[in-house]
Amino acid sequence: MSESPPDFEGYSCPLPLPPGDRVVLGHGSGGRLSRDLLTRLLLPALGTAAPRHLDDSAVLQFGSELLAFTTDSHVVSPLFFPGGDIGRLAVCGTVNDLAMVGARPMALTAGFVLEEGLEFGELGRILESMAQAAREAGVYIAAGDTKVVQRGAADKMFINTSGVGWVAPGQAISGAGAKPGDVVLLSGPIGDHGMAVLSAREDLGFETDLVSDVAPLNHMVHAMCEAGPVNALRDPTRGGLATALKEIADQSGVSIELHEKTIPVRPAVRAACELMGFDPLHVANEGKLVACVPAEASERVLEAMRASRYGEEACRIGEVGHGTRGRVTLQTAIGGTRLIDMLAGEMLPRIC
Amino acid sequence: MKYIDEYRDRESVQRLLGALRSNVTRPWTLMEICGGQTHAFLRFGLDALLPSDIELVHGPGCPVCVTPVEQIDRAVAIAGREGVIFTSFGDMLRVPGTRSDLFAVRARGGDVRVVYSPLDAVKLAQDHPERQVVFFAIGFETTAPANAMAAIAARARGLSNFSMLVSQVCVPPAMEAILASPRNRVQAFLAAGHVCAVMGYWQYHPIAARFHVPIAVTGFEPVDLMRGMHAVVTQLEAGQAKVDNAYGRVVSEAGNRPAQEAMAKVFEACDRQWRGIGMIPLSGLRLRPQFADLDAEARFDVGHVEANESSLCIAGEVLMGHKKPTDCPAFGRECTPTSPLGAPMVSAEGTCAAYFRYARPQE
Repeated sequence: MSESPPDFEGYSCPLPLPPGDRVVLGHGSGGRLSRDLLTRLLLPALGTAAPRHLDDSAVLQFGSELLAFTTDSHVVSPLFFPGGDIGRLAVCGTVNDLAMVGARPMALTAGFVLEEGLEFGELGRILESMAQAAREAGVYIAAGDTKVVQRGAADKMFINTSGVGWVAPGQAISGAGAKPGDVVLLSGPIGDHGMAVLSAREDLGFETDLVSDVAPLNHMVHAMCEAGPVNALRDPTRGGLATALKEIADQSGVSIELHEKTIPVRPAVRAACELMGFDPLHVANEGKLVACVPAEASERVLEAMRASRYGEEACRIGEVGHGTRGRVTLQTAIGGTRLIDMLAGEMLPRIC
Repeated sequence: MKYIDEYRDRESVQRLLGALRSNVTRPWTLMEICGGQTHAFLRFGLDALLPSDIELVHGPGCPVCVTPVEQIDRAVAIAGREGVIFTSFGDMLRVPGTRSDLFAVRARGGDVRVVYSPLDAVKLAQDHPERQVVFFAIGFETTAPANAMAAIAARARGLSNFSMLVSQVCVPPAMEAILASPRNRVQAFLAAGHVCAVMGYWQYHPIAARFHVPIAVTGFEPVDLMRGMHAVVTQLEAGQAKVDNAYGRVVSEAGNRPAQEAMAKVFEACDRQWRGIGMIPLSGLRLRPQFADLDAEARFDVGHVEANESSLCIAGEVLMGHKKPTDCPAFGRECTPTSPLGAPMVSAEGTCAAYFRYARPQE
């Protein structure tokens, strides 16, 4: 290099971008950008009747009865992935959103947006898969709608499902109910769905034997509520476990401390995350739940989870505390501590 | 996971921490070069376990962070052109240019695609002969060989619709620039293990000698990081200044010769702007004249680029190790990963992003 070093005084830095004037993919990531979209645009325009808590389902009161009500649109690509397909996902997603507020799912609607050219064979397999998932969950599909758009206007097919469920008196669960002293329970290994879908995308070129965990969790939630009080519940879908727990900590006004060693992650998920530079805590799940439960009930609830088909690997991963409200920390495997936050935008593979 | 778990072993880390503690007699300031190392320190919470006499400052080794804003503006201009498929590593899409980022170009209808290997971009060019495929070739010596291979492959396949927007940078000139700065505080370096896997570490002997600074080639797992720190602190305490290889399981003195040959065939050294820092002589790589026809800057005449940077964020000071992200008044307030003021808040390897994600002070 030259003899006179460059002058580093007066460093310059990137200008802030003007506030974005368009939707970007990150707005659908389920993390911080999604929340921004919700609080800046959707809630001010449409949220007048919304309940205070942004839970997975709204809970509406009819006289003395409580009805849970929710909706979810599914746009997964590819339509078929290891362990599932868009049809099973569409049923389980809405069933689980109902279950997370303590409701017993009763009926769903299904709205289809089909792209011109979709093969009947594919559509048939997806419908059969929806029917099977609905049978397993014990819900029926009560109404539906179909629209077809020109080739190129949709990616093969999109499915919207809405659902209603009945909430037993005194059984409503919210993300706002976690209390200091609660134990945090997780129903099984994280990241299976996100990495299975990613591995099914052609452009990635890595092969795994991972399968998605997509499953209806309502029967497990029912068993958990029978076993003991459940103070807070979330299914860590888009944005992953980190986002779900950060939401609970924010909503409940508590701190949460996790223990890295106790959080189960399958070796294939860990390996794929290492390769791509992802944090398994941010990877999507479609058949897992995380619960905050009073310590004295935790063993009973854990037993109930483990006795359920989709909770055999359930475990305790942390505690709810009195610390800074909304703060989620992780005791790392080597004995350090770090902060857990929700996903900022889209998950991007790292460069090197 | 075999070959990772043993390097994340609590007992081994604690043992090395103990050795480090008993070794340190006075304060030392160390810099880890690579953003991957910064993230590892914070992700494992290792920084908080270090003896208080050891101060870590974080280096410029984040390829996204140091790519100059002019190049991002050029990328944005080219990516918005009709008929262009613009390809890039994913991280780069979110980095703000003067007025836009590549995500916004995509939202406006530009064909911007994430590729996982530069050879995927070459294949896109092959599959779409009617389109112009441009690859954003950024990064350090870690990405340069594969990016060089893309140029070689495009040439071998006779593709006339493939080009590269090149903004490669090299580590050793940046280390020299940091050490030559009048405000330098760095007393020893943890050299970037993956860069050394490609380049070896023969380049570092003159730096260690000229600036009398210990350097340890260092990996990315907690045990690797501890070994690197242990190596340089031992040298500092003994008054030595040489190059240690604390990442011998991956790095050799000579490095990866075929990778170096591919780089040398395609690229040559040039002066390069580093975002937030300034021009560092001979710190970049550009296409050699024999490959000039693949140069996207020449192929797409984007004209004069008026790049604007503000003085609000202190990215340059952070990248040079003069300041910590938490010294910045905008950190965590005006500047967050969703509305970054500076590139270090954007990238998976950016120092500010690492602090925001893993070590934000109490709100």
